[in-house]
Amino acid sequence: MTTDLGIWAVPLAVLGGALRVSTPFLFVSLGECVTEKSGRINLGLEGTLVFGAMAGYGGSLLTGSPWLGVLIAGLAGVLFGLMHGAVCSLPRVNDIAVGIAMMLLGTGVAFFFGKPLIQPAAPMLPAISFGGWSDVPQLRAALEVSPLFLIGILVAVLLAFMFKRTRLGLIIRMVGDSADAARAMGYPILPVRIGATAFGGFMAGVAGAYLSLYYPGSWNEHISSGQGLIAVALVIFARWNPIACFGAALLFGGAGALGPALQSVGVTSGYYLFYAAPYILTLVILFFTSSRNRALDGAPRELSITK
Amino acid sequence: MSAIAALHDPARREESAADHESGKARPLLEAVGLTKHFGNFTALNNVSLALQAGEFHALLGENGAGKSTLVKCILGYYRPDAGDVVLDGREQTIENPRDARRLGIGMVYQHFTLVPAMTVLENLVMSRVDVPRVVDWKAERRALIRFLETMPLKVPLDTPVDRLSAGERQKTEILKQLYLGSRVLVLDEPTSVLTPDEAREVLGFLRKRARETGMAVLLITHKFAEVTAFCDRVTVLRRGIKAGQGTVADLSIADMAAMMIGERDLAEVPDREATTPGSSPVLRLEAVRSGDAATRGSIAIEALDVFAGEIVGIAGISGNGQKRLVDLLSGQEAPDAGTLLVKGEPYDASRAAAQKLKVRCLPEEPLRNACVGRMSVSDNLAFRSFDRDAEGRRIRLLDRQRMRSEAERLIAAYAVKTQSPSAPVATLSGGNVQRAVLARELQGETDLLVAANPCFGLDFGAVADIRAQLIAARNRGTAVLLVSEDLDEIVALSDRIMVMFEGRIVYECAGGAEADTTVIGGHMAGHG
Ligand SMILES: Nc1ncnc2c1ncn2[C@@H]1O[C@H](COP(=O)(O)OP(=O)(O)OP(=O)(O)O)[C@@H](O)[C@H]1O
Ligand SMILES: [Mg+2]
Repeated sequence: MTTDLGIWAVPLAVLGGALRVSTPFLFVSLGECVTEKSGRINLGLEGTLVFGAMAGYGGSLLTGSPWLGVLIAGLAGVLFGLMHGAVCSLPRVNDIAVGIAMMLLGTGVAFFFGKPLIQPAAPMLPAISFGGWSDVPQLRAALEVSPLFLIGILVAVLLAFMFKRTRLGLIIRMVGDSADAARAMGYPILPVRIGATAFGGFMAGVAGAYLSLYYPGSWNEHISSGQGLIAVALVIFARWNPIACFGAALLFGGAGALGPALQSVGVTSGYYLFYAAPYILTLVILFFTSSRNRALDGAPRELSITK
Repeated sequence: MSAIAALHDPARREESAADHESGKARPLLEAVGLTKHFGNFTALNNVSLALQAGEFHALLGENGAGKSTLVKCILGYYRPDAGDVVLDGREQTIENPRDARRLGIGMVYQHFTLVPAMTVLENLVMSRVDVPRVVDWKAERRALIRFLETMPLKVPLDTPVDRLSAGERQKTEILKQLYLGSRVLVLDEPTSVLTPDEAREVLGFLRKRARETGMAVLLITHKFAEVTAFCDRVTVLRRGIKAGQGTVADLSIADMAAMMIGERDLAEVPDREATTPGSSPVLRLEAVRSGDAATRGSIAIEALDVFAGEIVGIAGISGNGQKRLVDLLSGQEAPDAGTLLVKGEPYDASRAAAQKLKVRCLPEEPLRNACVGRMSVSDNLAFRSFDRDAEGRRIRLLDRQRMRSEAERLIAAYAVKTQSPSAPVATLSGGNVQRAVLARELQGETDLLVAANPCFGLDFGAVADIRAQLIAARNRGTAVLLVSEDLDEIVALSDRIMVMFEGRIVYECAGGAEADTTVIGGHMAGHG
């Protein structure tokens, strides 16, 4: 039933990969973008992601509805976010250290509760097909898109709008950019930061549910390959711009699909190198887009790494 | 002091006196018995203050006297340990500045409180109490342009605040408060970075507004000229205690100064000694370009020489490239083209080069540009010398004891007011940060000193001290490049004056008595 596409199979696979693999990157980075804009870094999102994957899978299994599973994963993420946000609001607590602790906590707790979930099969999230017009099966497969991906794009646009045009967005930027100014103008600092971290947790939880309920679509202890951590770097790479986060997530997803794609067309030597493509790509792009004069343009100044 | 005489307007005095009779009934705003401790240090001790509607009230005091602390307590930025704020005869609990804003009390802070990455437009809109959920920038811009047309001050709306010069930021802060339409306006040293003309314009305008709308203005300042020209009444603080109060018309400048400092002598500004300028310049700039040509703040300087034993003053309205010039000399930026020579050697402003060629720098906003706020005063004072021993040899381990004793010496020599050498430098009052940085930069031998707005925000005693230090350095043979927005200061201190306009040096003349401020002012404004 497959058509032989020759070398064209590679870009197709990359496209399909970009659409499938990018979604968790997109969700985590959008959430982290909001958190960082408010002046905090949450490195614990990797743990939240893994816990979200477990909670989403379990939720879907118990309720029979994958969408309820997504919601449960998101709410679990909110709890993790609130915990990070609250602990970091204590005086003399460093957000990066708390993040690392929360990362370990999240994965640990997820493995503990997730043990019984490895066997049973939970209902999966549906896919929307955009490839009906084509009769090339590979193209159709590549254009199978999760609704979450579309929601992610919508969220990116909404966030960009929020940061530009809404009071809430401007308050978040203000709190992240100058706590002094925000205080002088009488805006609350800690509640905004805690809220922004909770939102980041929600998005990471949903990203986890995507992993376990859509692609790859199962729950096991190797569900995440570090998406939660890489997404944090993506935010910096995207210079704290939600739309750029979307671009960066796509790029990363596509580059990540390069290795498996080459393997599938029969390139057998050195494809491991291509598994490193996303990371090499990141370094190359960072190198070429860096500039001494605007190194930290757009960086929220209250971040513990830029302060 | 001729400026004061010119501004003195007897008709206004009578009018203000009449106002007081009628306004005596009930003050608009009253602070009663405010007390504030920081740790076991009492910054404010039982201070009361009353503001009548429509009056312009001055708050005077030395650096560290507690002026900012007092107004921050009124504004809800700090929570006073004792005392009340009464507005319109009703006691108010002001938990935070937003409460104050809601009650119509606004303040221009001494340390800027604009969001650096946001544009002027965004900052102005966000400061309102009633920011709409979704902001219609087009409508807001139109409203603000209309508002700005009625104001004597101009600022670019779409520039991010961190690209603005200190003067422009200050104007933005003032515009912000006017835009908010406060009933009580507190100004913490608002004119430090404005040119004298701008300052007169702003204060004159505010005064008129106060008269017309019944707004009360509390002005913290170190400039007596502003007090005598614009203020009705004055309150003086000394070391956290109210040292006196009165009507400006009844007080002479000497009276007010005495209330501020008690019995103490001021530093004598030393005479300019004849120095023999060397044949070759200490600092030489040749065809230096930096920044995108012809954009705000970029510079294009064909030639600039500073010789040993002279002070070269760079005059100019803020935003004409002075900041970039200082950044180049202090190593915050690298030139795009041209050469920077110190004593004939190329100078890259690295720490090694600065040490070897004995270049020192006092940048503007020293708390941000020359200090690490959370480190102690003693650490900050040691930034130039922590890796050298008494003989100037390199050392590997810090000599804490020597750092501390050096710090104590400098703190005493420059009269830096701090709770202890180990207090974080950010807890010092504005003027004392300035003194601390100057103390650090002037210790040891200095061949080239770059000073940017060195007296920004200092009380009159400190201004005298620091000017004396600059002249003394010059007399010792140091080449001094003085970049200042205070034209009076430039004229008083400089041997030669250069005017910077749009990044170029457009005019040069001799300093001191020969300098003609009208001509210089014309060149500063770009029509020379
Ligand atoms: N947050 C703080 N923590 C500890 N001490 C402080 C703090 N803020 C101010 N102080 C101390 O309180 C005293 C008064 O400071 P304040 O800023 O009110 O002075 P000021 O009169 O405004 O001086 P200046 O003219 O230099 O601005 C100073 O000695 C200062 O060191
Ligand atoms: Mg002050």
